Amino acid sequence: MKFGVVVFPGSNCDHDAFYALSLCKEASVQYIWHKETQLPNGIDCIILPGGFSYGDYLRCGAIARFSSIMDEVIRFANYGGYVIGICNGFQILTECQLLPGVLLKNKSLSFICKDVYIKVVSNSPFTYNLAKNEILKIPIAHFEGNYFANDDTIKELEDNHQIVFRYCNKNGEISDAANPNGSINNIAGIMNRSGNIQGLMPHPERYYDKILGYNDGLKLFHSLINYFYSIKEKRYAV
Amino acid sequence: MKNFEAKIRITLRKGILDVQGKTVENALHSIEFQMISKVRIGKYVELIILSDSYDSAMQIVDSACKKLIANPIIEDYQIDLIEI
Repeated sequence: MKFGVVVFPGSNCDHDAFYALSLCKEASVQYIWHKETQLPNGIDCIILPGGFSYGDYLRCGAIARFSSIMDEVIRFANYGGYVIGICNGFQILTECQLLPGVLLKNKSLSFICKDVYIKVVSNSPFTYNLAKNEILKIPIAHFEGNYFANDDTIKELEDNHQIVFRYCNKNGEISDAANPNGSINNIAGIMNRSGNIQGLMPHPERYYDKILGYNDGLKLFHSLINYFYSIKEKRYAV
Repeated sequence: MKNFEAKIRITLRKGILDVQGKTVENALHSIEFQMISKVRIGKYVELIILSDSYDSAMQIVDSACKKLIANPIIEDYQIDLIEI
């Protein structure tokens, strides 16, 4: 499976994503500069990494969304290509409306950088190897991670099982106390209806090795890769 | 062609928790300004548009607001436009 990590001016998790993916068997990874006007041949998944693209000026992700590569990313996503937005990447996905809603400033009005627990609440390509209700420990690092959408959109996300991760405590309880940033319904990550576009605030690419404390993040990348090949096999079988 | 100056005020839409506004309000209450309420914090943008008429300048700046300057999901904007 071929991954491309888009590099915007101000991205700072692009190397982590690149490195985490380079540890995955059956995956290759390359950087894509944001000024490119074409995606490399044969790319299967685009990662929009975390960071502060364009200094977060105006609104997080608002300017990166107009980088020339984004036209191609949007086309690729609408074609069914996998696109994962992590943190600032999630903000970019909402700004270009590939995912609904918006990330507001944290309720606490402070930048939060800490490990949190998130619970897998829907099956998705990114959670293919994981059981529903499985709990992961993944770090967050953001000022604008407070997921907001209007009532109709939230209802739609809930009804269609598009909420993939919710913040929870160590025991998996989803509560206000376990909500680090004020996100509606403890939303930590969502996907589009077909599941090929996902956005999440936590940083799986930062927990890829037990030497760092945890490797739960790698489970998500392994999931996507396994899902990708399982679908491919099924296609060939037909 | 003429130059027009736009002054744009962007505020969070009603019903959206303005955490910055709320924090400033709490801070004001903690000093001597208990009589102040409903603090809202927004953004202010000034720009110049080169256009042949007031109406087309207004259209341009409105489209720029919709597309980039404001996020209509959470923000309202008000445009004051004058020929300069």
